[in-house]
This record gives sequence, structure tokens and C-alpha cells, in this order.
Amino acid sequence: MSEPLTTTLSSKSTTVTIRRDQPTVIIGERINPTGRKQLQSALERKDFDIVRRDAVDQVAAGAAVLDVNAGIPDGDEPVLLEAAVRNVMAVTDVPLCIDTADPEALSAALSVYEGKALVNSVNGEERSLEEMLPRVKEFGAAVIGLCMDDAGIPPTAEERFAVAEKIIERAGRLGIPAEDVVIDPLVLTLGADHNAAKVTLDTIEKVVREFGVNITMGASNVSFGLPDRPYINTAFIAMAIHAGLTCPITNPLAAELGIAILAADLVMGKDEWTMRWIDAFREREQSA
Amino acid sequence: MSQILEQIATGIIGGDIQGVEKLVQKALDEGQEAETILQNGLIVGMAEVGKRFKAAQMFIPEVLRAAKSMHGGQELLRPLLAGDKAGRAGKIVIGTVQGDLHDIGKNLVGMLCEGAGFEVVDLGFDAPPDKFTEAIKTHQPDIVAMSALLTTTMRAMGYTLKAIEEAGLRDKVKVMVGGAPVDAEFAERIGADGYGHNAVSGAEVARNLIEAG
Repeated sequence: MSEPLTTTLSSKSTTVTIRRDQPTVIIGERINPTGRKQLQSALERKDFDIVRRDAVDQVAAGAAVLDVNAGIPDGDEPVLLEAAVRNVMAVTDVPLCIDTADPEALSAALSVYEGKALVNSVNGEERSLEEMLPRVKEFGAAVIGLCMDDAGIPPTAEERFAVAEKIIERAGRLGIPAEDVVIDPLVLTLGADHNAAKVTLDTIEKVVREFGVNITMGASNVSFGLPDRPYINTAFIAMAIHAGLTCPITNPLAAELGIAILAADLVMGKDEWTMRWIDAFREREQSA
Repeated sequence: MSQILEQIATGIIGGDIQGVEKLVQKALDEGQEAETILQNGLIVGMAEVGKRFKAAQMFIPEVLRAAKSMHGGQELLRPLLAGDKAGRAGKIVIGTVQGDLHDIGKNLVGMLCEGAGFEVVDLGFDAPPDKFTEAIKTHQPDIVAMSALLTTTMRAMGYTLKAIEEAGLRDKVKVMVGGAPVDAEFAERIGADGYGHNAVSGAEVARNLIEAG
């Protein structure tokens, strides 16, 4: 096992550290117009009320970092993303994860961001590495590397590992240290392939063993198309945390995932005196 | 309906991959017409799968398994169907647009369209506009179906449609679109002919487009 690396993110006044022997860090996923018609049309009108409300709600529900995505069809992404970042910074004080595939939008957002952001994301494609990594370096950010490349999402853990290795290596060449690269092994749905989740878990294990880097992933795609999704999502996230997942991108308002993450942290010895578990129980009791 | 055709339909609904193939062979041995086996066995079974999926009584893995069962049977029948009649309902070229890697929805629509009697040419995912235009020239489909799952890749539907226009192929095909972020208004805005709200309605829209001529 490689030494666990520490990824440090910051806002103007808050610092968040992500590390395998510390509690799991939740990156709130809600500020993303994909599949959210209301948010999409609000962004079209340059109305950021929903963005601000989502930011506040997610932080209250336990998100330590917020993902911000403002990609809409025909939208001016650099303008929208920059404005979304400003709006979120105005109402919360958590570090942000800037979510875009558009290099111009990335620069626009990072240039107004105060602190050390996480960039979501680069992948193994040459174009992505060449256009995005220098900007990550320029603004001193950390970056998520997706285990996919020109050929799509590789079907095996070995191939996904190779993409992770390539991204870490290319980042290193530009002076971005491995601790600032967070790997996303990618999660396909079990609904289309019953080995999909196992490939993700195996990828996490291999990457963590070799590089010690932090790991992120989406937590609900795995169950798409299947009944009783929460049971699947909670089992999967707990197993992924055991494998090395340290900062999932999830909806903190989905109670079952939050509880599963707390329980997994508890089981993994990341909850001193079990206080986080007990505190969370009391909060649930009070709000019930 | 004869008993064996009913068994074939039941086999498809149950996703009995080997069983369906054996039953289709048996039906042929008994002297049933390939055409009859296709229409009254395979397609009847797959239509029921579509119905149950729509009613949330069946789930995606079961649909995939049913489709695989159907495929095995179809392969046996294909050489026996006169003049490539596998696609008498029409021909569809389907793909997920450029920049988008999501293909579950697209695959389901493709399978359910096959189940409805269409011949389906699948361009896979991340398909650039020229892949669509080339496929239209090569396969001369009745319908082009595009899928996108991201708000940021929806725009690729627009420029793929433009590429089809610019290649002078727009009047040769009907165009339908679908995917989570897509709605009827968007479909109309980019000039598509049809919009499928989900995988099952995708097959219905395709049928309606053909009927409307």
C-alpha cells in the first residue's frame, strides 16, 4: 500500500483535507442542470436563486465541497460558470469543485475563485490533457482525472488503471503533484452489466495501492434501471469507501447515502469515539 | 396462435436465451414460415416486454436479456426472410451524439425498435455528424434517431441535424431525438420530426413517423 496522500482544498477561509484515514468528504452534486429542467431554465435567464439555495441546503446537509456545473445547451458557459461560482461563494464558505469540459469556462471560473479549487475534470484524451491541465497548474488547483480516453470508458480495471497512471504522470510533468490529482474510476450501471460495480471497485484498489491518491466517484449511477436503488447505492458506497473512495460526489440531501457514508467511516475506524455517528443519530431524532 | 409461437413469445419475455433459439429452430423444423415465427413469436414477445417495461413491471436488465433472446432467434431467421424483410417496419439509424458516452437509453430504444419490427443500424456512442451522414448514404434509413444524456451534449443534436441538411439528406429521413435532458420543445427548436420521452415511446414515435410518411 502506498502512503495515503493528502489533497488540500480551500475557500477564502475554510480548508478541507481529503485523506484515506480521515472521514469521507462529501462533494455536493446538486448544482448541475443535467436532468433538472428548473435549474436549466433559471440559468438560461441568468437567474441564480436556485444555485444559491442548492449551495446553502447542501452545506447544511453535510457537503464539505460543492460541485458547480453551469453547462446548458446554447449557454455561454464561461459567463454562466463564472457567475455561478460567484453566487455560490457569496452564500457559502466551502471549497468548490469547478465542473466543466470547456477550457475557457474553466479559466473564467478559476480566475474569480478565491482559494484552491478542485477541477472536474480531465480525462486521458490528449485534447483534454493539453487544454485543461495547464490551466489547473496556472491557478494552483487540484484536479479530478476520469479513467477514460478517446476510446471511451475501458471495460477492465487494468485499462482504467492505465488511464489513471497516464493522467497522474502527465500532471506530474507540469508540476501538479499526485496529491492534487483525484482519480475517478467511473461507475457504469449494473443494469447494463452485472460486473460494472466490481470493475470500479477493482480499479479503486489498484490505483490506491499504486499511487495512494484520493478517489472520487458518483454514487448513484450504479443502480440506474434497477428497482430499490437506495439499497444498492448504500452497499456500493460502503464497499467503495473500504476500497479507497475518499470524496464521493453525491446528493447530501439523499439521507440514506449520508448515513451509509457515516456507517462506513465508523466501520473503517475513521470516527473517533464514534461521535459523528452518535451526533448524526441525535440530529435525525430531533428532526423526526 | 400455435403453441410453439406462444412458447417463443414467453421465452423472450423470460429472457431464455438458449431456449428461444431452440424453439425457433423447432418451429422451423415443424414447417412454420420464418415470417410467421418473426411476427407472431419474436415480435409479439418483445412487444409485451416493451409494455411491461413501460408499466415498470420489468427492469432494464430483463429488457436487455429479452432482446438478446430475440437476437438469437432473429439470426436463425434472417437468411430465410425473403429480400431482407427483417426490417419491414422500416429502417432506423441510431446513435448517441458526439461528446456523449451514454448508451443505455439508446440501446434500449434500438432494441425496442427491433422488437417492433424495424431494422436498426447502431452507430454506437460519441458519433460525430459525418458518421450520421455517411450512415444515411450507406444504409438509406427511413429514420435517424439521436440520443444525448447531457445538457452540454444536446447541442450536438442541433449541429448533427445541420450537417444532415448541409449534406442534402434532410428530406430523405425523418429525425427523432431523445434522452434525459431532451424535451419536445427542444426537439422542435432544432427541427427534429419526433421526440421520445422514454425508451418505449421511442419505438412508438418511430412507428408514428413511418405511418405519417
